[in-house]
Amino acid sequence: MNFRKYLVLAGVTVFAPVGDSLLSYGMKQVGNISLRDFGGLLLAISNPWVALGIVFLLGFFASYMSALSWADLTYVLPASSLGYVLLALIAKFALHEKVSVMRWLGIALVSSGVGFVTSGPEKTHRPPRNTGDSVVAEHS
Amino acid sequence: MIRHAISNLNAWLAILAVVLSSSAGDVLLSRAMKQIGDIGQLRARRGLMFVILLIFRNRYFLIGVGCLAVSFYSLLYGLSWNDVSLIGPAAASLTFVANAIAAKMFLHEHVDGRRWAAALLVAAGVVLMAF
Repeated sequence: MNFRKYLVLAGVTVFAPVGDSLLSYGMKQVGNISLRDFGGLLLAISNPWVALGIVFLLGFFASYMSALSWADLTYVLPASSLGYVLLALIAKFALHEKVSVMRWLGIALVSSGVGFVTSGPEKTHRPPRNTGDSVVAEHS
Repeated sequence: MIRHAISNLNAWLAILAVVLSSSAGDVLLSRAMKQIGDIGQLRARRGLMFVILLIFRNRYFLIGVGCLAVSFYSLLYGLSWNDVSLIGPAAASLTFVANAIAAKMFLHEHVDGRRWAAALLVAAGVVLMAF
């Protein structure tokens, strides 16, 4: 892992929760959509908050694709979940919302899960088929 | 009462759709990006346009994006029926577990005890954070 890779993981972490929050805010303005009203679902992206959310999610997508090009899916996904922790910390310290004990416990579980996976190898290394070796994990 | 039940049913159907389509999309994108290689190094050697063309010509990438589009609209549908505090954590936590299973089955990733523990801890943590 080098600085560029940590920066890419930070992009995955930050862009997704911000984008999701904007989508949620926008969809509350749009209101309930029935399954029969498929056009309404498509038109939801004309809401500015939904549109801004999509821009952030595109940033997430670019970072995510980059991360997947050098790390396993089962490495990138837990690492990206730090975004939930970030969202709770923003709620507590920037928005002064009340964060419950259960939520702090959830933050501790997510953080320990991220710690588990990021302390291990980022990619499964497959040796050439003719060696007959088993799949081993590659440390970088 | 009936309205509440319909709202919950629609929300959980949306969550199921998000979990299935998102896992399929993630597995396909991961396969596409492993075929292409480290795009940071590729961009340095061949330029950004080359990398973009390479990605958009990969069929796993295109099908994966299609799956993620289904997941995105399922999420929007779910959010229109229930709170993000239910839809977000439920869909995300179930997706973590589904992805670990799918990555082992379809991508043959080395999902050791550490990664199973991480997926389960994150999934449980995400659920608790909804409270």
